[in-house]
Amino acid sequence: MATGVAAWLPFARAAAIGWMPVANCPMPNAPGDNSKRQDELIILNISGRRFQTWRTTLDRYPDTLLGSTEKDFFYNEETKEYFFDRDPDAFRSILNFYRTGKLHYPRHECISAYDEELTFFGIIPEIIGDCCYEEYKDRKRENLERLQDDQEEIKDMKLPNMSFRETMWRAFENPHTSTMALVFYYVTGFFIAISVITNVVETVPCGSTFNQKDMPCGERYTVAFFCIDTACVMIFTVEYLLRLFAAPSRYRFMRSVMSIIDVVAILPYYIGLVMTNNEDVSGAFVTLRVFRVFRIFKFSRHSQGLRILGYTLKSCASELGFLLFSLTMAIIIFATVMFYAEKGSSSTKFTSIPASFWYTIVTMTTLGYGDMVPKTIAGKIFGSICSLSGVLVIALPVPVIVSNFSRIYHQNQRADKRRAQKKTRMARIRIAKSGSANAFLQSKRNGMLSELLELTGKDEEEQKSMSLLESQHHHLLHCLEKTTAHEFVDEQMYEQNFLEMALQTFPSHSPSTASHDSPAVTCCSRKERRNTPLPSADLPPPHPSSAHQSTLQELSTIRIHCGDPLLHSTSRSNLNMKPDDSCRINSKSGRITTAIISLPTPPALPSDGDGLHRPPKRRSHPPTGHPVAPSIQTTASSAGINIVKVSAL
Amino acid sequence: MGLEGMEIIAITVVVGLFIVVLKQFGIWEPLSLEADTSDSDLELSMVRHQPEGLEQLQAQTKFTKKELQSLYRGFKNECPSGLVDEETFKSIYSQFFPQGDATTYAHFLFNAFDMDRNGSIRFEDFVIGLSVLLRGSITEKLRWAFNLYDINKDGLVTKEEMLAIMTSIYDMMGRYTLPSVREESPFEHVEKFFQKMDRNRDGVVTIDEFIETCQKDEDIMASMQLFENVI
Repeated sequence: MATGVAAWLPFARAAAIGWMPVANCPMPNAPGDNSKRQDELIILNISGRRFQTWRTTLDRYPDTLLGSTEKDFFYNEETKEYFFDRDPDAFRSILNFYRTGKLHYPRHECISAYDEELTFFGIIPEIIGDCCYEEYKDRKRENLERLQDDQEEIKDMKLPNMSFRETMWRAFENPHTSTMALVFYYVTGFFIAISVITNVVETVPCGSTFNQKDMPCGERYTVAFFCIDTACVMIFTVEYLLRLFAAPSRYRFMRSVMSIIDVVAILPYYIGLVMTNNEDVSGAFVTLRVFRVFRIFKFSRHSQGLRILGYTLKSCASELGFLLFSLTMAIIIFATVMFYAEKGSSSTKFTSIPASFWYTIVTMTTLGYGDMVPKTIAGKIFGSICSLSGVLVIALPVPVIVSNFSRIYHQNQRADKRRAQKKTRMARIRIAKSGSANAFLQSKRNGMLSELLELTGKDEEEQKSMSLLESQHHHLLHCLEKTTAHEFVDEQMYEQNFLEMALQTFPSHSPSTASHDSPAVTCCSRKERRNTPLPSADLPPPHPSSAHQSTLQELSTIRIHCGDPLLHSTSRSNLNMKPDDSCRINSKSGRITTAIISLPTPPALPSDGDGLHRPPKRRSHPPTGHPVAPSIQTTASSAGINIVKVSAL
Repeated sequence: MGLEGMEIIAITVVVGLFIVVLKQFGIWEPLSLEADTSDSDLELSMVRHQPEGLEQLQAQTKFTKKELQSLYRGFKNECPSGLVDEETFKSIYSQFFPQGDATTYAHFLFNAFDMDRNGSIRFEDFVIGLSVLLRGSITEKLRWAFNLYDINKDGLVTKEEMLAIMTSIYDMMGRYTLPSVREESPFEHVEKFFQKMDRNRDGVVTIDEFIETCQKDEDIMASMQLFENVI
């Protein structure tokens, strides 16, 4: 029963008296209405704006927040109202839903904000009324596509420690990831161009030789063209085989469009090699050369616009089908009419209906070659109608295709723009957040200083200047330090330690050598820590870079990296540890370095990613023996490392 | 049809297109008799009704002021124009009986409520009817029920009328019942009803027979009280 007509239920029940005299058996008892209270006004205070409504209005939808007892959690005893700390503008449409039974989606509202409001109040978005539902779905789809674009960027990130095969596949798919891939990309592009140009030039008449016949260039310089063709086909074959080897799913790769194009592009050559001995099928061999033109489609790997076009055509398949169907219908109709109209005239070209097809097509597409022309009056009349209607029939589905193309194209533009803006955006955010990250160190320094100097007065001052939230956060970090027996430090101290440790324990592949020589004041013996290597887009560098690297990362997190699993296996106090880290805890760990709040580079192993696009880093340590394969996580950890991530406020 | 035929067809087509062009210029007005339908549609949708004052309704019915207020709010919410036409009424009533087809019974109900037979229920009709059903005496309720059964409002309930009512009630059950509704079920039910009600076996039931018989039947008396506290 639709709750919208709940108001009429009493009426329906009263009207049931009409059945009573007809019934043969006694009626069941009516349910009692225990809480027979008068309808009262409820005040809903949404961030200061007061809405009032009857209680029964809200009770219409008992499975939502306002209609059930869940709203009692928000009841304010003093003011006798229900207070919600939400957006009052969005609440308007929600309350209207209770009043009218129809949920509308306000167009100026952001789709995710609106969704959140609906979720909060327990209303499913599917009941949005028909008037607003399409708009809602469109906006939602747009938003989803936007999110998917972001996700695809994440996929771009290099997974550290990928196998050679995976690296190669990644290089093939995203040429901008490494220089080798880029080189390969341009080389193949160049050879595709060469191949296409050769095919074209082959057929151009090259100037007559002494036998006064214009020969096409292909026949004149057979050897040269054959060599070029062979070279191109070899490159293409090698490329195809490499792709086949690197593909994660060979079967799927072989079925994909691009691979089919590749195969079709190189097959004619091999078939030609095999078949030159056999004169019977050499005619077919010539036709096979036509397929060499498919090499031009290989360019679609190189051009995004081409891919968009292909995708558009695919997505407009139904419109194209409709266009084709209506054209066929019109062609048949007009061809028949023209044939019968022109039947009488002598020496007419309209010898049969299929012969008239050609005339109809040429006329409807307004080509008008003029090789077939109607001569009778009736023929001319119908011919003119044919050409007029041709324009209409073709013009109708075209805007649909165009709008599809425009939408997909703009989507791509948007994705590119977003990617370009992301770097600067992230940089700005990082600068804003780095202030708070350093606050903890600042307060610690001040605290330690005051301890040393025993200036309790100053200490209190310092503490007062921090807000309650800050001081609680600092306390939390402090607890963490105590738990893991490691400390947060800043750059300079880290680099000092780093240098010292580099001198002492440089190419150490043994697990956890602890050298206690850190100059910083700590409460427990400091072990060398390992800094998790940051994900980088480059392949693992073959040599250790200098020890001074510390390019900052765009992070909104504080990371502590505790190495030395033997000593700290119990100190898994990190907040975001992934379960698969446990298996890696005991793997070999190289040197460990002190942690830093804004993460610097010195990585020993390629590991965690955080989903943000980072500038390429330089490494300061060689990768150690076992490249583990972590996944891209925002809270990643790597082999033998306790990573703790606490987000900076 | 030879060449001549095609020529004729061509000329006809040309003339047809010519007429279309003329229509565009408004020179040739096609003879259309429904020129004013759109206007009349517009008029009907603008009709709305305001009920009489609260005091008058209070006098006419047995509801308190607060109850009338609450009833009117619900009524006006569903029908902002103040009038319920038969289609709306049918759709509202059908929502309570999703398994079956409640439209026929809703039609009879509509006629029972629409006392001045003008094709729409106003708030006064609605509230007066409800007052009888919920606050009226047993006799008034029985009288109302009789009025419902008496389709042509001639004061007599014939077997055909009763059969129509019964069929519409069984229609509301729908197809999936246990035991399933057979073709003869309404008819048998009508027979039983007439056996009980029709004293003088003249094939019709008058209002007095009806009231008398019902007052003697305890089950019916008890069930009449069932919906006292609906509002």
